[in-house]
Amino acid sequence: MTDLKQIANTIRAECLKAIHAGRSGHPGGSLSIADMLAVLYFDVMNVDPAQPAWKGRDRFILSKGHACPSLYVALALKGYFPMEEALKLRKIDSFAEGHPDVGMPGIDAPSGSLGMGLSQGLGMALGGRHLGQDFRTHVILGDGDLQEGNTWEAIMLAGHKKMDTLVAVYDSNKLQGDAPVATQLNLGDVGAKVATFGWHVLYVNGHDTDALKAALEEAKTTKGKPTFIVADTVKGKGVSFMEGVLFWHGSVTMTDQQLTDALKELEHA
Amino acid sequence: MLDYWTVGEDVSVRDAFGRILVHMAAERSDWVLLDADVAGGTGAKPLVAEYPDRVMQFGIAEQNMMAAAGGVADTGLIPVVSTFGAFGCMRAHEQFRTAIAYPERNAKLCCSHVGLDVGPDGASAQMLEDLATMRAIPGVVVISPADANEFMKAFPAILAHEGPVYMRIGRSPTPVVFGADHTFEIGKATRVREGTDVTVIATGVMVARAMAAADMLAEEGVSVRVVNMATIKPIDVAEVVAAASETGGIVTAEDHNVFGGLGSAVAECAAQHRPAKMKFVGVNDRFGKSGEHDELPAMFSIDASAIITACKTLL
Repeated sequence: MTDLKQIANTIRAECLKAIHAGRSGHPGGSLSIADMLAVLYFDVMNVDPAQPAWKGRDRFILSKGHACPSLYVALALKGYFPMEEALKLRKIDSFAEGHPDVGMPGIDAPSGSLGMGLSQGLGMALGGRHLGQDFRTHVILGDGDLQEGNTWEAIMLAGHKKMDTLVAVYDSNKLQGDAPVATQLNLGDVGAKVATFGWHVLYVNGHDTDALKAALEEAKTTKGKPTFIVADTVKGKGVSFMEGVLFWHGSVTMTDQQLTDALKELEHA
Repeated sequence: MLDYWTVGEDVSVRDAFGRILVHMAAERSDWVLLDADVAGGTGAKPLVAEYPDRVMQFGIAEQNMMAAAGGVADTGLIPVVSTFGAFGCMRAHEQFRTAIAYPERNAKLCCSHVGLDVGPDGASAQMLEDLATMRAIPGVVVISPADANEFMKAFPAILAHEGPVYMRIGRSPTPVVFGADHTFEIGKATRVREGTDVTVIATGVMVARAMAAADMLAEEGVSVRVVNMATIKPIDVAEVVAAASETGGIVTAEDHNVFGGLGSAVAECAAQHRPAKMKFVGVNDRFGKSGEHDELPAMFSIDASAIITACKTLL
């Protein structure tokens, strides 16, 4: 598993380079999902970078679209496009949009307006079931997604329809744009609430790649229920001056010195 | 064989929706209907009865249904989302924009209960803004068929069209204007009556009212051209230019707010290609209210008599 940890670290480093180069972006929430992306793209999901639109592929949706710098560099590392494309984040001559757009190879759904990712994933799972295809659909949700009513509509229906090819990974990093989640709109025990709608709920340390992998494997063998993984995470994970600091939610610019300091830390992680 | 209705009959376009859904379910296996517990209201019940495996039920949660349609389309299936206009076009408007139109998903939205014609349900269910809001989204085709037979022709056409489409259904019985031999093409208007003094460009239920108005004006010696503009976007530029250049002016007629819908689309077109004198028949920037479908048009000045008055001001 050292490998996955290494990949997660590379995602973090390249993600910060992209945000630095783009002169804006959301580092905090991008860093908190790096481990999930490493496990999904480099262990769990059945995808083919040479055929990004292959109908039988496993699907992935980053519902918290503002964390896309990490996703873009994960896709680049996986081989969908050269890393230099990911580093053109938010540039006018690039497909690395400020929030995910299906014009980028490997992006399965648009996101950025919170609360729509789980529904789109549910639609993919419903389509797959109708067509008799067994691909799996993974959706990363953020705290903000869980404050949008649309997400709860999807939670209700996915449980009701026993969508066992659907997995939600909840990046519970506990800070949102302006203040802590607990201050703005406390979500309480999200896992307990989701369980009452018929989901199989698991709790993991969202930075433990072994635990994430085990939970995603358990989801694969769980029948008759969608799986909801509550991933306990730290916003800004991996860079000490960003960890748990609201400012780094973004959208922010990074100075050259800040990037150098962050990369140095990540190198020695 | 597909049965069409007889010209002059009063038929709810909802009946056409149910009939064509069942027909197309047999014809094509690549689409599914997404419903939010209103199949009885939209007219989709026959499909639910005959092809239950072609229906995805979402309960009363239109935002989820609309965003999910984007995901369904990703798998290669064509989602036909169906609900009332107010819920499909307003409540789930952003989901349609971001999860369907932005990624250019091949999804269709068909809404009943549009315009004032929602029965006595009143303003919260009346949909006077859909043509404006849906038209404003890039790349979306917007269609408002005139009658049950035209709807039956239009539905296979929107399934064959690759990309997002919004189409009005309707609710109350409305006179059948077109026969079984009518041809429908996305983006093409139909000239349903020749005339030289003035042109009424109408859409949806207003086409039959425009025909009635033209009959009455003919008795006074006024020659009225009537154009059915079933596709609001992309608009038939040639037909607008013809009306502007060959007749004395254009009256638009729609069961919709006068702002942003058919009248605006025609005016945008005329202003750029062939300016014309115009009058707009539509709901004059106010909310609707309860009342029967045959009572409301007069109260809100979208009946044949309102069209006659508008035509006369252009003579």
